[in-house]
Amino acid sequence: MKEGLYRTLKRKIITLTLVMSLTPLLILGAVLYYQFESAGREMTREQIRYRAQAQAEAVDLFLKERTAILNAMADTHDFAQMIDEKNLARIFEVMNSRAGAFVDLGIIDSRGAHRAYIGPYDLRGRNYLDQSWFNEVMIKGHYKSDVYMGFRQQPHFIIAVRRHENQQAWILRATIDPNRFEEIVRSAQIGRTGDAYLVNREGFLQTRPRFEGDVLGQTAIDTRQFGGRVTVIELEDAAGTERFYAGSWLNDNKWLLIINQQPLELMSRLFALRQMEIFIITLGVLGIVATTIFTTRLTINRLRKSDREMIELNAQLVQSDKLAALGKMAAGVAHEINNPLAVILQKTGWMEDLLEEEGLKQSANIAEFRQSIAKIEQHVERARKVVHNMLGYARKMEPRLEDVDVNSTIDQTITILENHARINNIDIQVDLAETVPIIAGDQAQLQQVFLNLFTNAIDAIGSNGTIEVASWRSDDHIVVTIKDDGPGLSEDMMRKIFDPFFTTKDPGKGTGLGLWVSHNIIAKMGGGIHVKNNPDKGAVFTVEIPIVIPEKK
Amino acid sequence: MDYFSILVVDDEVDFLETLVKRLQKRNIDTVGVTSGEEALAALEKRRFDVIILDIKMPGGMDGIETLREIKRHQPLAEVILLTGHGSMETSIEGMKLGAFDYLLKPIKLEDLMAKLGEAFEKKNFHDQKIRKAQIKELMRFPGRVFQQEKEK
Repeated sequence: MKEGLYRTLKRKIITLTLVMSLTPLLILGAVLYYQFESAGREMTREQIRYRAQAQAEAVDLFLKERTAILNAMADTHDFAQMIDEKNLARIFEVMNSRAGAFVDLGIIDSRGAHRAYIGPYDLRGRNYLDQSWFNEVMIKGHYKSDVYMGFRQQPHFIIAVRRHENQQAWILRATIDPNRFEEIVRSAQIGRTGDAYLVNREGFLQTRPRFEGDVLGQTAIDTRQFGGRVTVIELEDAAGTERFYAGSWLNDNKWLLIINQQPLELMSRLFALRQMEIFIITLGVLGIVATTIFTTRLTINRLRKSDREMIELNAQLVQSDKLAALGKMAAGVAHEINNPLAVILQKTGWMEDLLEEEGLKQSANIAEFRQSIAKIEQHVERARKVVHNMLGYARKMEPRLEDVDVNSTIDQTITILENHARINNIDIQVDLAETVPIIAGDQAQLQQVFLNLFTNAIDAIGSNGTIEVASWRSDDHIVVTIKDDGPGLSEDMMRKIFDPFFTTKDPGKGTGLGLWVSHNIIAKMGGGIHVKNNPDKGAVFTVEIPIVIPEKK
Repeated sequence: MDYFSILVVDDEVDFLETLVKRLQKRNIDTVGVTSGEEALAALEKRRFDVIILDIKMPGGMDGIETLREIKRHQPLAEVILLTGHGSMETSIEGMKLGAFDYLLKPIKLEDLMAKLGEAFEKKNFHDQKIRKAQIKELMRFPGRVFQQEKEK
């Protein structure tokens, strides 16, 4: 029952401590865990947003630069100079050396005729009058095409600018190297999963993406999802992996630069941090659990020990209280019984005296009278002995202080009982300390104690057995143990063993006073007698005698 | 046995009467009283050689107090304490106050007689010593006789 209480208490302490210490830790851990996640996503989002914007600006700048060079060339040369292909070739050379990425250069007059051309394709003499871009450039003054196949059957795009000269307009048109362009766009792609490409408003690819699709192919991306400036959206790709798409409009909102990236890749460092966090928290949890269990176990064990000590102490207190009360009662009873006994004894004595008188001596029943009186006296004597034993006065004892050698007292006691033991085939094994201090005490009383203990041990064994007696010094006590291999004691016997009149012997064989008197004698000396059951067999009586050094004479 | 006189003090009347009767039957001059006050009153009237005193008497003077008074009035009277009680302390206190010995009730008359004999011998021995001293003194100052008589 008590064990159950300890278990409950232990469970409660452990649970409470764990809940109180783990809850904040786990909440903190979870918060950090998700904070890492959302912070990582936010960072990635910001990063690709920034990259999309920067890259869009770079691409825009590239286009503007090209346009500006074309404009500058158109502005600084007139039509006559331009259609001279030798001149045009020089201009083309200058432009490529300053800015590069031009594939070809052509001059188209106001009627759409291709008047001069420098470049790898033979486009001279073609007419562009019906082309939609021709009209647009004539009206707006400049034009940048989407990527298209055109006459040359190669994906490319053109930049064209118009020049007014003497009511005549002509057009300077250049093709941009799609490879160079693609390179610029692609410089925004990073990592294993990053991609960067351009699409037009209709969603046709303007540059080749890294993974899927080709130039002029249709992307799955709905360009309408992307608003002004930079927009970041999250989509799942074909494989079900999450991707961030950042789109930034450029080229007068005709083209959309898209950067996409698996966020997980960019967040790998954060994931490492997160793993670290989980590791640290796991360690912490394990540490807390181990410490809690350990300290709780320690506490409970300490509690159990002190409880046990308390119980023992209480039992001893109860025992000595009980014996003290019994002692007082015994003294009172002794007085109340001894006085009537004294009267009885005097009365019978008086009768004896009277029986001596002449007249009575002649009585026929004189022998009967004498016998009755003798019997009364005999039983008064018996009662007197019981009372005297109860008081611990088996003989007339004056408390004497003499030099007592505990070991030799034990030896003497054994000598007295040796015969008795041998008859019953009981072996007495003696293991006494080599020297014990001589103490001040009453040897006769001490001998009576040992005599009682040995007699009890012999009676407990009956026949065939061993009694072990040992003595040693422990701090300020001499400890004597007397161990028998008899049947041992039940719990009930253990509780009552020092009570007066408690005996297990047959009626008439023992008074039940021996241990009680022994207990009183040792208690008076300031020591104690305890009894325990031997783990294997029998009982052990332990006598603790305080060492009182005799006064020097 | 020489003639001697005994005072028995005990509140237990049955015990007292019987003991007195038995001692008187043995030709011992015995008087019994049942309290410490009566004992002191009896001692005012005459001398006793040995006093048997019960230590524990209810009401009035108890044995120890009585013993103290007796020793004050008649330091030469020997006192034997009787106790039906196991209290060793009281007996020891009695011995310190000058009791000759103590006996535990119930007691056989033979044992008591033996103890009385011892006590009387001691008393006698003392008395004789005193008497010798007195004789010595008288031989030196015969005039003191009258003074001594008066003191007695």
